[in-house]
Amino acid sequence: MDPITLSRLQFALTTIYHWLFVPLTLGLGWFVAFMQTRYYQTRDETWRKMTKFWGKLFLINFAIGVVTGIVQEFQFGMNWSEYSRYVGDIFGAPLAIEALLAFFMESTFLGVWIFGEGRIPEKVHLASIWLVAIGSNLSALWILLANGWMQHPVGYVINEANGRAELVDFFALIGNTKGWIFFWHTISDGLAMAAFLILAVSAWHLVRKQNVDFFKRSFQMAALVGLIASVMVFLGGHTMGQFMFENQPMKFSAIEAHWETSAPADFSIITIGDLTGKREIWSFRTSQIGIPGVLSFLACNNFDCEVKGVYDLQAEAEAAYGPGDYIPLMVVTYWTFRIMMTFGFIMMGASAFFLWATRKKDYENAKWLKLVPFGALALPYLANASGWILTEMGRQPWIVYGLLKVQDAVSPNLTTLDLLISLIGYTAVYGSLAFAMVYLMLKYAKAGPDAAMHESVDVAPALVGADD
Amino acid sequence: MSYETLQILWFILIAILWIGFFFLEGFDFGVGMLLPFLGKKDEERRAIINTIGPTWDGNEVWLLTAGGATFAAFPHWYATMFSGFYIALFLLLVGLILRGISFEYRSKDREPRWRNRFDWMIAVGSFLAALLLGAAFANLARGVPIDADMNYVSPNGGVVATLNLLNPYGLIGGLTTVVVFLLHGANFLGLKLEGEMRERAIALSKKLYIAAVVVTTLLLVATYFYTDIRTKLGINPGITPIASFAALLVTIYFINRKMEGWAFIMTSLHIVLTQVTFFTLMFPRVMISSLNPDWSLTIYNASSSQYTLTVMSVVALIFVPIVLAYQGWTYYMFRKRVSTDKKTLVY
Repeated sequence: MDPITLSRLQFALTTIYHWLFVPLTLGLGWFVAFMQTRYYQTRDETWRKMTKFWGKLFLINFAIGVVTGIVQEFQFGMNWSEYSRYVGDIFGAPLAIEALLAFFMESTFLGVWIFGEGRIPEKVHLASIWLVAIGSNLSALWILLANGWMQHPVGYVINEANGRAELVDFFALIGNTKGWIFFWHTISDGLAMAAFLILAVSAWHLVRKQNVDFFKRSFQMAALVGLIASVMVFLGGHTMGQFMFENQPMKFSAIEAHWETSAPADFSIITIGDLTGKREIWSFRTSQIGIPGVLSFLACNNFDCEVKGVYDLQAEAEAAYGPGDYIPLMVVTYWTFRIMMTFGFIMMGASAFFLWATRKKDYENAKWLKLVPFGALALPYLANASGWILTEMGRQPWIVYGLLKVQDAVSPNLTTLDLLISLIGYTAVYGSLAFAMVYLMLKYAKAGPDAAMHESVDVAPALVGADD
Repeated sequence: MSYETLQILWFILIAILWIGFFFLEGFDFGVGMLLPFLGKKDEERRAIINTIGPTWDGNEVWLLTAGGATFAAFPHWYATMFSGFYIALFLLLVGLILRGISFEYRSKDREPRWRNRFDWMIAVGSFLAALLLGAAFANLARGVPIDADMNYVSPNGGVVATLNLLNPYGLIGGLTTVVVFLLHGANFLGLKLEGEMRERAIALSKKLYIAAVVVTTLLLVATYFYTDIRTKLGINPGITPIASFAALLVTIYFINRKMEGWAFIMTSLHIVLTQVTFFTLMFPRVMISSLNPDWSLTIYNASSSQYTLTVMSVVALIFVPIVLAYQGWTYYMFRKRVSTDKKTLVY
């Protein structure tokens, strides 16, 4: 394989992997901070135990997000040096600000939170977990503003003299609608993921009738947050779709398998295309069940507006940018979108059901609870990964939409051998990390709140003998 | 501010970030490398890790911020250096991942083999990071093959480029960094541990001191022969390199008198002044081309636009003092010595 393909593969793998852990950090931080605040206010021991138990899982997950995050920052320069030269004037700024404002904050205060209990004033200790939660979400904001710029470049000019993009309006960069929609979608998605982790672990214990009060309180809280957050995710996603229709029409139409321009435009329920993604084999659309114009509605809130098809958009792109293939890999964009949507809706429905079902006092005996631990975890992770694959592959061949193509962005000095070494190396290291992480997560999740009350595993009675 | 003033300001700011990183992660890496050797029993190893437990992650952010600031202020420097040192940086990242995850995970299981594995990952990761950073900086001073388009050229790609980094001067730079960080870490442990562990750390400092003086002398001599300082000085560093060497030499005085605080300050000074010397020698160049002096990257041809530098200056002037304040505060909060009493240990 050539260096470009390998660089793309490596970026995809390291980013998807990094992003398996970060949303949980983003969401669970708020939960833990809230629990500790409740303990501070009420002195109710259960809140303290909840802080400790969910905090332990938070820490085990957090560590992987941190160490894989360093790779993210470095690989722009390592693998995409031409990209870095071309956009460094703009893209570097939010990245540097992210490090200065957010990374310092979350890392420093996480250390204070872990080591500070009993050594620093309780208020300061409480403040430190809030600062961790704020810091990690702030870091998401800056990196999403950076990504938002790649999807929807604003506030720049092309400097003809040195042939690169230069920043002329910093406030346009930080006010980029695309970035803020991403941020909304992402932080609510993090909350939803954290809620579903709590639902899964709580259900596992409730089925076994262990620490019933503790896990019922956790379960109900997570059901409520899960419902609110998944509705927020949906609203953000819908807004994003309409914004995409405006500024990335090709991605929009590629997601919907919308081949030919039409008004009103029909929504595809299921489309089978050939693997090149350029031709339809069979399709079932909403007009066939008597509701035409659904895609028009998704695009612009009315049932009649025109939605351009990928063939016309391809012709437009060729006229504007010269010959080339401007259609993203539709088999990927189409299906990842549907996986994300389906799972998102299931999450919304499931959390609404949980909230409704937990009004009964003795729901820990209910049969449906047995299904929760298995189902609840897979949903947010798959929805999340699909969403990002869709976002990033949907803008191909562009790395910066309309300005720079991926093929022109790669480091010119790298060889296939270099990339094979790093790709195999990352895969091995990341694989082992996942193994250790899942092992510890399962161990601490199963051991329950009493084990988490102790700082060290050495004196935690519930973990003795549970670790081999 | 004029464009040139901004470019100079950002050169200084990035220099400060690297200096801060070498000073802070210097002892973190040293502590990490010493871990399996200085700590025999489990609680001893835990005490060692706990000395840097609350702060190592914040210290590492200095590296991330240096990287981010270089990207924002000098995109060509960032692009050329990071793609040119590809395999070396990949190994550095692996080192940082191994040690970072190990701090958090090693004490979360009781199995001795589990713990021992993570302890060695901390040591190896810290060693790799120190060695590669030292080698990379030495090569920055020596010059690397950069062509007219600012690209790192190597007929056989990055793997060979990495082997080129391990030339004699690069190796001396890497070795010196490892040994000086070991001494710096041992001094830090002398300052932070108590009882028998403290004694052991001091005894080790004495041995490491001799090694550090030897390799640093070697680096000084090698710098004279391998770099172009004889013909081309950025800014005359004046007495800085002499002061740096002097700080290292007097360290033994304080180690012998068990004044660990002063010993630690001296190795800190040594590291800071060595970095100051490096950056004054380089200025205004940021990467030296060994192919043609005209192809070197300087703060003038590698920088961002005046507008970006202005925006970033405002951001930095507001937030750098805040960060320094709260990071300093955490060191004050966790200033007590760490004992091997299991009940007080966290990691």
